[in-house]
Amino acid sequence: MIDYLEEIFSTLKQNKLRAIMTGFSVAWGIFMLLLLLGSGKGLQNGMEYNFRGSSTNAIWIHSGETGESYEGLGKGRRIQFTNEDYDMLKRELSGIKNISGRMYLRSSAPLTYKNEFGIYSITGVMPEFNGIEVFDMQQGRFINRLDIDNYRKVIVLSQPIVDVLFKDEDPMGKYIKAGGVPFQVVGTFYDYQNRDARRAFIPISTGQRVFGGANRLANLAIATSSASVEENKQIESEIRSLLARRHRFSETDDRAIFIWNTLEHFRQAQGVFAAIRMFVWVIGIMTIIAGIVGVSNIMIILVKERTREIGIRKSIGATPWSVIRLVLSESVFITAVAGFFGLLFGMGVLHLANMVLMGIAENNDMVNRMFYNPSADFGVAVSATLILIAAGLIAGFIPARKAAAIKPIEALHDE
Amino acid sequence: MDNSIIRVETLHKSYVNGSNALHVLKGVDLDIRQGEMVSIMGSSGSGKSTLLNIIGILDNYDAGAYYLDGIKIEKMSETRAARFRNKYIGFVFQSFNLISFKNAMENVALPLYYQKVSRKKRNMIALEYLEKLGLREWAHHLPSELSGGQKQRVAIARSLISKPKVILADEPTGALDSVTSTEVMEILKEVNATGISIIIVTHENEIAAQTQRIIRLRDGIIESNEVNHNFSNEVSAGVLLEQR
Repeated sequence: MIDYLEEIFSTLKQNKLRAIMTGFSVAWGIFMLLLLLGSGKGLQNGMEYNFRGSSTNAIWIHSGETGESYEGLGKGRRIQFTNEDYDMLKRELSGIKNISGRMYLRSSAPLTYKNEFGIYSITGVMPEFNGIEVFDMQQGRFINRLDIDNYRKVIVLSQPIVDVLFKDEDPMGKYIKAGGVPFQVVGTFYDYQNRDARRAFIPISTGQRVFGGANRLANLAIATSSASVEENKQIESEIRSLLARRHRFSETDDRAIFIWNTLEHFRQAQGVFAAIRMFVWVIGIMTIIAGIVGVSNIMIILVKERTREIGIRKSIGATPWSVIRLVLSESVFITAVAGFFGLLFGMGVLHLANMVLMGIAENNDMVNRMFYNPSADFGVAVSATLILIAAGLIAGFIPARKAAAIKPIEALHDE
Repeated sequence: MDNSIIRVETLHKSYVNGSNALHVLKGVDLDIRQGEMVSIMGSSGSGKSTLLNIIGILDNYDAGAYYLDGIKIEKMSETRAARFRNKYIGFVFQSFNLISFKNAMENVALPLYYQKVSRKKRNMIALEYLEKLGLREWAHHLPSELSGGQKQRVAIARSLISKPKVILADEPTGALDSVTSTEVMEILKEVNATGISIIIVTHENEIAAQTQRIIRLRDGIIESNEVNHNFSNEVSAGVLLEQR
């Protein structure tokens, strides 16, 4: 083995500059591939970061005003969801995991704690809402079933609200006033979707009762238990027809209710990124092919220059296979070493880019939504390595065949 | 069993070049016994190089037969030919044919590399051979730093290291001055004295005169094949090489 490397080295030493120049093209190819893949990954991660705070198979239902006359009812009629809609959907729909209605308190109810106060978005939700949007509970708990049943006056706050109202105090168990009504803080959370969002949640039943919401719901949210777009679309159309029947609007009326199917959009985005990744691979491999051709070219010249040496080797007992091996291993060696440097360099640049981005993202979360963690993973490194070895073999193939075909008699008289 | 090391029977070889066929060897018969030192002479175009190439299994023949150490050498795969060359034949060339970027020791050791002898061992053996040829202190020099005579001695060491049965020397003194020519011939005689057959292709009468038998080729046939009565097997410098 050492012998083997010695043979390779001794010939490479002959043409250091040439070996380096040749290797550069390969290193560059791998470097570009890595950079492209990393960027693609970064864009994809950014996209997924956007979906992070939400269950990816969520369906959001908002009401609007009818856009068509239907069954004698004029258009422009406002659709209002109520608890009955919630009950019906819960009863009729199969394949759903979580369902929650929502109501908003908006600016009518400022939150006050001691001398601090602020106007925040306060939403009445059901316990299941934490399975539709995803919150990272920092302290305590989310709204639960007992809160709903007993109309408890409890509240869950996002971290920024806690920071403003409580400063360094522990908010747990403290009472704060919402619209003059005291609520006990039972939990705090980190909001994945927007860490700066100031949001508070109360039990929907309490909200409806205390703030005069009657049985009205602003909108409905559902998380399905299916991961396929088709099934989700199916559920979506079931929802549409159930609500259309209950509220008496045309099923084709797309202004009466609006349904946002997260999975569909998630899959679409994923599809786009899969296409980008494909594209990136194609370009990367094309770049590497340019490198391969370069290596192959140089190796052919090298073999030509070494015709005499190969002839000598053959006359003293080198088998064709050993000559092939000599050329192939040299070619693999050049590509492997050069590619390795390209790999290292590419990884380094990606790492650097990541650090810079993280620094920017400290102050601006938007960056993460566009471009997040642009790293090439282990799988990419392995495939790149395999590509390199294959590249070396391909690059060496023609030169090796030429070398093996050298006839010692001709080579030895080739002065 | 006869002790012939190389036996060639009605050997024919022609080169086809486009529509022209050049009939180079037209039925050559040859028998070289073990331990013989033979010279093959002939003007250029006489077919002597072709004959040497066939004997060295560097080239195929068209018709006839060739036995090397009793084994019939026929059209064979390059791999097998390479093994035979490695095992039976040592080559010495007019232009030395050393590998320029390897030092003397590495050059000498190369045939053993192809026998998969470990690096340490083959370098040790190579040093022994260089020692025998008086080049011990030149072991780590590159060919470009050696004189013509030294290069040829390295080449002879290389041809000997695999312990061949035959050494084929193609104009071994062609590129050397008369003093070093004599030196090289002395060495070849010493090698011959250890029992290795030597075939020298030359066009110099002085060289041929130092061999036991002189075979003259002309237009692809053997013109004469006579024992050289002036041959003396006395080695002036004493036996440098061990008996095999």
